[in-house]
Amino acid sequence: MQPIIAAETVVAIAGLTKTYANGHQALKAVDLEIRRGEIFALLGPNGAGKTTLISIVCGIVTASAGSVRVAGHDIGTDFRAARAAIGLVPQELHTDAFESVWATVSFSRGLFGKAPDPVHLERVLRSLSLWDKKDARIMTLSGGMKRRVLIAKALAHEPQVLFLDEPTAGVDVELRHEMWQLVRELREHGVTIILTTHYIEEAEDMADRIGVINHGELVVVEDKATLMRKLGKKQLTLHLQGPLSQLPPGLSGLPLELADEGNALIYTYDTQAEATGIAGLLRRLNEQGIDFKDLNSSESSLEEIFVSLVRGPRGRETA
Amino acid sequence: MSLNLHAVRAIYRFEMARTFRTLMQSIASPVLSTSLYFLVFGTAIGARMGAIDGVDYGAYIIPGLVMLTVLSESISNASFGIYLPKWSGTIYELLSAPVSFAEAVLGYVGAAATKSMMLGILILATARVFVPYEIAHPWWMLAFLLLTAVTFCLFGFIIGIWADSWEKLQVIPTMVVTPLTFLGGAFYSINMLPPLWQKISLFNPVVYLVSGFRWSFYGVSDVNIGLSVGMTLGFMGICLAAIGGIFRTGYKLKQ
Repeated sequence: MQPIIAAETVVAIAGLTKTYANGHQALKAVDLEIRRGEIFALLGPNGAGKTTLISIVCGIVTASAGSVRVAGHDIGTDFRAARAAIGLVPQELHTDAFESVWATVSFSRGLFGKAPDPVHLERVLRSLSLWDKKDARIMTLSGGMKRRVLIAKALAHEPQVLFLDEPTAGVDVELRHEMWQLVRELREHGVTIILTTHYIEEAEDMADRIGVINHGELVVVEDKATLMRKLGKKQLTLHLQGPLSQLPPGLSGLPLELADEGNALIYTYDTQAEATGIAGLLRRLNEQGIDFKDLNSSESSLEEIFVSLVRGPRGRETA
Repeated sequence: MSLNLHAVRAIYRFEMARTFRTLMQSIASPVLSTSLYFLVFGTAIGARMGAIDGVDYGAYIIPGLVMLTVLSESISNASFGIYLPKWSGTIYELLSAPVSFAEAVLGYVGAAATKSMMLGILILATARVFVPYEIAHPWWMLAFLLLTAVTFCLFGFIIGIWADSWEKLQVIPTMVVTPLTFLGGAFYSINMLPPLWQKISLFNPVVYLVSGFRWSFYGVSDVNIGLSVGMTLGFMGICLAAIGGIFRTGYKLKQ
């Protein structure tokens, strides 16, 4: 049997902590490993620490404690090699107004220490449908195009890792789908992508793995499919004719719990499993003489999973 | 540690492109205002003034006027160059790039100093139209011009990093530098002042710059030429030390 080789880690974050000058602790000892070639979605409510995390990795904010290695290079002691491997698309549309598209992407490439390469820049601009705008002043472009200019700037130096901070915030539906397509294409070209988003749909659609951050702590990091399976549960609620004080022994061993002061039974089952076990449950209820007047089922979406994680016991502590 | 020369070049080109894009504002207007000084002080009033230290008044004020413009333009251009990306938010890119602080300074201050040198030489050429003058020590003249341009671009860079509003960006140039330049002997010799004011003037760093620069033209100076060079280098050293401090602490650039 071949040994299982873990996917190569491209970003390794250990014990990352950030306390701002005003005392606000934005990150609390975060550990996270990003695998080469994956699309990793970092989810979290506003102020959870998403942007702080990205800003530290990219060198914009200084960490209070902990370490970050990008492509094997420490962001502090070997900052040149670490940063050269990273491209960053910020959340806000920070662009120069008077520069041309071509000038600004050329500037970005030089800034990241790469010799001019018009062929590469042309390829980047064409892939972002910006080629016919290369001589236009940035101020004359629409918001969606400015967003693409920022992506072009981040790709100008051929980074291994691309950070997209809320790439589709305030972007119309059509452009959002174009953006998703683009991200997938980039991944096919071997770029590792880390994106933060508010749109759960976005993570559900694109990500290989998902991390949920809340109050500066990573609540969960999981493969999207596993997360959906683990937490994406379906529940069957049976509203009983009469209340039960406790679960009858005949029903033990089943994923059942009493709710609504004994007036309801909640059966939780795996949506991915081959058999749900509902038929068996109903048969056993019948055997026990438990009658119910109504039943309904519900399925958790990633959005609900997210909400439950964020509002969960850990989330409530400081809320 | 190797130098990221591509980055230095990229910043330098970006800044020079900004200069040429705003040609009217960055070159034409200082040249115009200096020409007005020559017309008013040099030709109109100067005709009624006697020579100072054996130099005709119109010619006497040329080095001071060049210094006046180079000083204030160096500060405003260099401070604007680094303040603008801070204000617009585009600084994120510089901060996330594999660029050391020294390389950023080289790019921004290098471009600002280039512009100041261009301005200084342009004003000297303009002055030639109004007043015939000779330059006794042309190499020293260029050296002083360069030293002043670099020093005050460094100073401007520091102001640009320190400022967090447009108002702060203006306050030191208008409230401190302009008075010091006007009182720095641009239009007169400090030897013409009462003894007490002569002593007070010696605390004004601009006196040493103007005096040294004037010496390179006419071989006459208010203060010892060695002292002039020393004071300019000293001020440059202070600016470099301040920039080193900013570099170490990430002051006002990083949280």
